[in-house]
Amino acid sequence: MDRFVFLTLDGLSRGAVYAAFALALVLIWRAARVVNFAQGAMAVAAAYVAYSVATATGSYWLGFVVALVGGLLLGALVDRAVMRHVDHTSPLNPVIVALGLVLLIQAVLGMVYGSEFRPAEAPFSRGAFTVGGLAVLSPYDLFVFGAVTVVVCALAWIFARTAVGLRMRAAAFAPEVSRLLGVNVGGMLTLGWALASGVGALAAMLVIPTELGLHPHAMDLVFVSSFTAAVVGGLDSPPGAVVGGLIVGLLLSYVSGYAGSDLTPLAVLVLLLAVLLVRPGGLFAPVAARRV
Amino acid sequence: MSPMHRTARRGLAIASTIVLLIATAACGDDGGSGSSRGNVPGVTDTEILVGTHMPLTGPAAAGYSKIAPATKAYFDYVNANGGVHGRKINYKIMDDGYNPANTQQVVRQLVLQDKVFAILNGLGTPTHTGVLDFLKTNRVPDLFVASGSRSWDQPEKYPGTFGFNPDYTVEGKILAQHVKTAMPGRKVCFLGQDDDFGRDSLAGVEKIFGADGVAVKQTYVTSNTNVAPQIGAFKAAGCQVVVLATVPGFTALSIGTAARLGFKPQWVVSNVGADHPTLSKQLGEAAPLLEGMIGGNYLPMQNDTANPWIQLFTRINKEHNGNAEFDGNTVYGMSVGYLFVQALLAAGKDLTREGLLEAVGKGGFQGPGLVPLRFSADDHSGYGGERLTRVSGGVQSYFGPAYETDEADGAVNEYTVTPVQPPANGVPTGN
Amino acid sequence: MSATSAATPPQERTTAAAGRPGDPHRRGSTLLRHLAVVVVAGLLLLGVSYVVEPFRNFQLATVAAYLCATAGLTVLTGLNGQLSLGHGALMATGAYTVAFCQNAFYDRGVTGGSLLLVSLAAAIVATVAVGAVVGVAAARLRGPYLAGVTLAVAVVVPALTVTFDGVFNGEQGLSVPVEPPPLALGAYFPYERWQLWIAGAATLLTLLLLANLVRSRYGRTFRAVRDDEVAARLAGIHVARTQVLAFVVSAATAGLGGALLAVLAQSVSPGAFGLTLSLFLLMAVVIGGLGRLAGAFWGAVLLVALPDLSHSVTEQLTLSAAAAQRLEGNLPLAIFGITLVVVMLVAPGGVQGLLSRLGRALLARLRAGRS
Repeated sequence: MDRFVFLTLDGLSRGAVYAAFALALVLIWRAARVVNFAQGAMAVAAAYVAYSVATATGSYWLGFVVALVGGLLLGALVDRAVMRHVDHTSPLNPVIVALGLVLLIQAVLGMVYGSEFRPAEAPFSRGAFTVGGLAVLSPYDLFVFGAVTVVVCALAWIFARTAVGLRMRAAAFAPEVSRLLGVNVGGMLTLGWALASGVGALAAMLVIPTELGLHPHAMDLVFVSSFTAAVVGGLDSPPGAVVGGLIVGLLLSYVSGYAGSDLTPLAVLVLLLAVLLVRPGGLFAPVAARRV
Repeated sequence: MSPMHRTARRGLAIASTIVLLIATAACGDDGGSGSSRGNVPGVTDTEILVGTHMPLTGPAAAGYSKIAPATKAYFDYVNANGGVHGRKINYKIMDDGYNPANTQQVVRQLVLQDKVFAILNGLGTPTHTGVLDFLKTNRVPDLFVASGSRSWDQPEKYPGTFGFNPDYTVEGKILAQHVKTAMPGRKVCFLGQDDDFGRDSLAGVEKIFGADGVAVKQTYVTSNTNVAPQIGAFKAAGCQVVVLATVPGFTALSIGTAARLGFKPQWVVSNVGADHPTLSKQLGEAAPLLEGMIGGNYLPMQNDTANPWIQLFTRINKEHNGNAEFDGNTVYGMSVGYLFVQALLAAGKDLTREGLLEAVGKGGFQGPGLVPLRFSADDHSGYGGERLTRVSGGVQSYFGPAYETDEADGAVNEYTVTPVQPPANGVPTGN
Repeated sequence: MSATSAATPPQERTTAAAGRPGDPHRRGSTLLRHLAVVVVAGLLLLGVSYVVEPFRNFQLATVAAYLCATAGLTVLTGLNGQLSLGHGALMATGAYTVAFCQNAFYDRGVTGGSLLLVSLAAAIVATVAVGAVVGVAAARLRGPYLAGVTLAVAVVVPALTVTFDGVFNGEQGLSVPVEPPPLALGAYFPYERWQLWIAGAATLLTLLLLANLVRSRYGRTFRAVRDDEVAARLAGIHVARTQVLAFVVSAATAGLGGALLAVLAQSVSPGAFGLTLSLFLLMAVVIGGLGRLAGAFWGAVLLVALPDLSHSVTEQLTLSAAAAQRLEGNLPLAIFGITLVVVMLVAPGGVQGLLSRLGRALLARLRAGRS
């Protein structure tokens, strides 16, 4: 029983990060109908900037803020400089461009920072509180839960309650009509990219201290898990991304804990098949007429 | 568009491409280094061309990407001092990103296109395994492979392949022997990478403790960076000593994870993942967790500034390696370079591939290593032992004697011969 | 937007819609025309194999092996509109099957030149089986959901070799014993030329079959399903069955491509067939020009040539030791990445689309000049 509790808590704290990162993927998918394969590399770039700022100033929090702002700007830049000019008639084209960006960003990071691991500091202790001899959550885990909750609530509020959120939704779902109604569709698209990239940067800042450290490829595996999470939840659904992230986090933890770390990829495939064969649009897909 | 046009164009496209490829191939022809004596590839009166494959990019590049430049720096130093028998060594480093498919391409390019004399210190078990047969058919000397796999020691099957690192089983035995004598009665557990590294290492540990002597055995895969479940299992079982057959990233991750679970066993780590500068850099502020960690090694410690080898290598690093950060990988790379120059000298002035292999097979090389190289006609494995290190006061240093053993059931023996001093000018003389 | 019509290259769609007036009577000779092209290409390749040096022979053989896979992926993604991020895993299936067969023959002391054919056939059969299973699941899924499942497949297959390392020998993989070239060719026949012959022959045969399939009734149903599922269903096409068929065909060629790679490398290990390979295959077919087999050819050429080319470019630079260490390896990747982005921005139809445009412009100018 102790082990179950331990694995559950460990899986949830990992899952919270997957949730945030999956949310970033969902944001871009909803805004631009693009699965952004460059999300991981972009987030790592933001984390490297944070690293540079934090080492130069000695302040973790200054680096943290710079990472989020840097993420926002990088997202806007990628949209304005590259993605906007991609021919979207085939949805594969933006995917290939994103993969090209991954290679480019990782190579540039490798040139600037070298391919060594850099230490990623955690702002709070990662030592777990013990309750009755059982290690439970650490202050850092609580920080992760808090940060992800804030982001999820903030996004929900922006999209549901603010004018800009309404415009973004309109621009994504009916660009032509929105344009006629005077919505700056291009601007909303850029805003979507910026927001998603900012959330991605936050996820990177949260997850990298729990992993091997800062490295150009630091988010590769997180990307795979989070993409899975987004697909399980349904790419059109932000709540789906959060639930999907937690499910994937728990699954990975249980399987590594009870069956063996080498079986986790198989478990992920089984999860995907089990969910998608029953609900081909993910858990939170709108129960709509069959799309053809 | 009519199908006729389409077919014609397709034909045209294919034809034009082939012409293009021939043209590039023809251009590529004069790129290879001509051999003045005709029959020995890669050797002229003034140059020896040697190649290697290394991960310079990708997730495995951390640490390892520093090895080949260090070897190259040592060669540049030797070249500046007149070279070997008047020949300068040209070391061509190819990036394979630790992907066996890329290794296939780059090694063929080195052998078939660049016509290298030998492949030196190719890195990685999965990557290098794939080119063993190719190198054998082309009779290319395949020296000092950078991995502790036992695959390199197959003189009958691969007569041209020699290892460098102590194999993982030898290491596992030495680490376990220390645990058995210095910490008797403790509960011993094992975490290993889920491949030949972890497997061979565990085999060595179990040769000392017996199959039941290791209480909890866990594995990890590099594609899953959460080791909390494994470390949690150790904690739950009350392990007191944990032997790690891990790469540096996962050593740091395991120790960090254990600390946050409030679990503090004695760590005993393979030389693969025990380099203190690498680990402390990765752990950052958490580096004090490494205090007390026991590891193995077989080359001089990079922080031992009194060691004449380290003094030599530091100087070369400054002069020929852009004063790159000096760590265990630098020492490793330069030691490989030193050994290769020794082998070239032993092969004599009339350098041939057969002559080189014969010279290496004779063995007897004395260099920076703390334990003997085992090279002989029927043994192609590299270093035959290790000495233990401990981190104390933030400094990793050797303690106790060096040990040597075999990968079978032989005893773990002390090795008492004192290491040799480097030659005055840092370039080996013929032996 | 229907996610199924995802991968339609714009030009292909207009061509299909426009029909081709003026040559209805030529349709019967499709097979002969394709055969002629393949024979010419084969003869050219034969000539080339004698002209170029061994390393280029090996590179061309690798291009041939990749071409098998990219051609199949072109049929699946370009013609049938199904996205696969898992073709690297299918290649691995073929590669491991060849390794098992060749080792089994070798261990039992069975030798002979035609055994390789048996092994390659077995590889195709095994991959077809795997492809059918994945294809059945894939037929229910669209767009990014299909991408998610195939991505998971791409990650699982290499991982299985570690889980069942007793069978697959883990990360280290298996060696693939291959017979040397037949003595009839001479004692000093270059091995790489022989490899090119094997890979080239297998690939040309594959291309011939695929080209005919594309032009056949099946090819038309593939495209119909891609363009509009509802219309296809109304026209009496069984959509799911067509999609599974496309997946199986594509898997078969991917399996053959992987098998050829294993034969070329004389070894197989999971690291060579990771997610990166799957992503690179997809990049190759899109950059080459999605929807045409010629595009698959360009994609395969790029897969082999681009890393080599950008490495040669970086070698020309003279740098200080410290700078060289940073740029080494990374600069070729950066060049590769920029190339991908620029090609997609400048020529969304890929290399083949660009060539078609140039060819058309040239033809128009010629005609204008003549009149």
